[in-house]
Formats: sequence, C-alpha cells, structure tokens
Amino acid sequence: MYLSSIFANPERVERLLEIGKNSFQPLLEGAIVYTIPLTLISFICGLALAIFTALARTSGNKALETIARIYVSAIRGTPLLVQLFIIFYGLPTIGVIIDPFPSAIIGFSLNVGAYASEIIRAAILSIPKGQWEAGYSIGMSYSQTLKRIILPQASRVSLPPLSNSFISLVKDTSLASMILVTEMFRRAQEIAATNYEFLLLYTQAAFIYWVICFMLSILQGRLERRLDRYISS
Amino acid sequence: MINIKDLHKQFDQLKVLKGINLEVKKGQVVVVIGPSGSGKTTLLRCINVLEQPTSGLLAIGDKVLDFSQQVSKRQIPPFRRLTGMVFQNYNLFPHMTALENVMEGPVTVKGESKETAKEKGELLLRKVGLADKAGFYPYQLSGGQQQRVGIARALAMEPKVMLFDEPTSALDPELVGEVLKVMKDLAAEGMTMVIVTHEMRFAREAADEVIFMDGGIIVERGKPEQIFSSPKEMRTSQFLNLIQ
Repeated sequence: MYLSSIFANPERVERLLEIGKNSFQPLLEGAIVYTIPLTLISFICGLALAIFTALARTSGNKALETIARIYVSAIRGTPLLVQLFIIFYGLPTIGVIIDPFPSAIIGFSLNVGAYASEIIRAAILSIPKGQWEAGYSIGMSYSQTLKRIILPQASRVSLPPLSNSFISLVKDTSLASMILVTEMFRRAQEIAATNYEFLLLYTQAAFIYWVICFMLSILQGRLERRLDRYISS
Repeated sequence: MINIKDLHKQFDQLKVLKGINLEVKKGQVVVVIGPSGSGKTTLLRCINVLEQPTSGLLAIGDKVLDFSQQVSKRQIPPFRRLTGMVFQNYNLFPHMTALENVMEGPVTVKGESKETAKEKGELLLRKVGLADKAGFYPYQLSGGQQQRVGIARALAMEPKVMLFDEPTSALDPELVGEVLKVMKDLAAEGMTMVIVTHEMRFAREAADEVIFMDGGIIVERGKPEQIFSSPKEMRTSQFLNLIQ
C-alpha cells in the first residue's frame, strides 16, 4: 500500500529522493564524528579492562578473582541501557555529572570489558600448559611469558569471538542516542521528527550500520589470515 | 655442579619424591631410568623449579635454594636460567620460526640485541643440523627437527646444565637417532647433562652414570655397564628384565 502510494505520486518520489540525499550527509557525519570514535575508543578501553579482568580471574588470587567475578556478573546481569541511564541520569543525583559522550564511553567500555574478559579468559586457558613451562624454562617471568608467548597465541583464538563483540558494539552505540549523544541514530530521529519520513531515515541509518559492519567483517577475515601464517592448513 | 640434598616433593597427599640425594659433577652425563610414576620426571622438573620441592636443598654451581624455608618468587627465574630444559613434547612456540624460537630467550630475558641473538641463533641451529630450517615454523618441521630446535633454544641461554625429559619418547622411531646424535655431541663437548629416557642403548653408550629410580627414591646408581650387566638391587634387575 505504502509503496504503491509512493510510486503513484511522482512529486512524493521526488521529495523522498531530495530528503534522502540531504540527510545522507548529516547521518554520515554522525557516524564519523560519534558512532565510529565511540566504538573504537570504547573497544580499546574495554579490551584493556577485559585483559586485566581475565588475568585477575586466572591469577589464583582469591580477592582479585572475587572482584573480577562480581564485576562480570553485574555487567552481564543488567541491561546496557539501564547502565547508561545510571551513569548519565543517575549519578548527577550524587553530584557526579558527566557529559553525554564520556558517559557513553564509560558505559560501553565497562560492557565490553565484562563480555570480552570471558572470551580472553577462555583463550588463555586454551593455550597448553607446556607453553607457559617452555617460557619459564628459558628464564622468562610470568609477565614476559604472558606477553611474548601466551597472548599472541590467545589472540588468534579469540579473534573471531572478539570480532563479534566489536560488531555488536557498533550497533549498540545507537543506545547512546538515549543519553543525548548525537550519534547517527539520534540524527536520524531528529531529522525524521521534522519531516515525518521515519521509514526512509531509519532505513538509511540501518544501511550505514550495515555497510560499516560489512567492512569490519572483511577486515576480520584479513586479520585471521594474517594470524594464521603459523598454523598448518 | 648439581647438589641435591634430601629433596622431597608432595602433591596434596601424594608423595612423589621421598628424599633424593644426588650429586652431578661438571661435565658428567647422568641418565635417570625407572618405571613410570617413579618420580624421575618430577625430579627433573624440580631441578628446573617448574615444580617447587616441598623441602630439601638444591644447589647448582654456587647458587643454592633451600626449600625448607620460604623461597620467594623472585629467586626462581634467575635460578632456573642455570638449567636448560628439553621437553618430551618439544613445546616450541608455534607462532615463531625456528630461529625466533632460539632467539626468544636471549632477546627477552638477557636483553641481547636482535643482531647478536640472530648470529648466535643461526650458529646454534647449524650445530643441531638445522641451518636451512631457520625460517620454518614448527608445524613445518618433523618431530625430530622440532626437538633439535628445542635443544638449540635451551642452549641459547647458555645454561650450566641441560635437562632432558624423555626427549625422544614422542618421536617416530626413525627420528630418534638424529636427536640422540645431537645429545651425544653435546656430551662430547663437556656439557653437564641429566637425562630421563627409555633409550637404554643411549644410556649404555653416552652415560657416565646411570640412576635407577622407583617409588620416589634412588634405588641404585652406578656405571652403565655395572647397572645393565650386574645390578645389585632386585628392583633394578626386575625393571631391566621387563624392558630388555
């Protein structure tokens, strides 16, 4: 019905094309200025947090293990949107006021940290004990063995699941629209609010998300092949 | 070179080593034999401190660790560097080439420059007969070649003692010889070696002393010809009858 009514009316087609063309630039700008930086910064911070959490979980130190366990459980057990609301709308009640963009960074980093820590923990545990011993036997310390021997091998194992997290994160950043970050999806909402072309604007935003994720999966494939050079095929 | 006094190792309730006393002189090649579960591998791992003994004294060269007292984690890596370990399953680093495997210790642990380490690494690979395999990853090498890289990797740290934990047990029979030859060459150069093995012919030919372990203790020790042709202990002759 909708489509036939559009194409029956050449003026309406022209109007849609016009809006589509004009909104493409602000949407792309939202992606480049907010969505992509938000994703990258949060993922890098989250990954660092995840490595520490995974090491704490495998350290054998009871106190560290408990802290890490509670952190992972709390983040995984609560909705991301609720976490963002607590940081941005909740914390000001106790005098902690954080701007929208940093609030989003904190929220997404904590989230990535918890989920990716489980991936990294599993990857570290998948490396045979003999690799640790070989590192130790040539006089390496724990941190040298970890950095030079274990993590390079664990990174190959964790690349596919981490890529999954990364791609999820690209899409999850749309939730930042709810705490006033003018990322791509919020821009689509704002533009649609003025011209009521919701279907067009949201489809456009969806398309850009898809293109970004598609490029990321190509990158993942290349990275996997590069890390595969030492594995027999 | 090695001096072990009353060394005990216990895993939970299981006593694996029950008071080991052992002295190995500089340049001596000692072969440890015994049934599985006798504690011979654990003894070797204790000398490398991959397992921390429950009690006892361990001295290598002029460095001593007394396990009756608390041994701090800091003391272990420098002590461990005095010995080189060769593993049954080679345990090469799969993400590094043969040469990178050999260079890893000198560069990361000793802080040598890449150029120096590379030169030394190439020399060591030549020594174990793998000069042409420097750029190969472990998966591209046969078991025997991997084990020889493992020996070169341990030698690169210039240890005072080389420890071999059943170095040929995981190998196809036709590849055993090439590894044993490298070990014999090392012995001929005067390297102090402690070898856990089931290769009795190698023990006969290369060992200065053979040690027979069973039930966590050293049952008998002596020259290879004495142990193999006229063992003093019942358990030793029973074991040798079973395997020969």
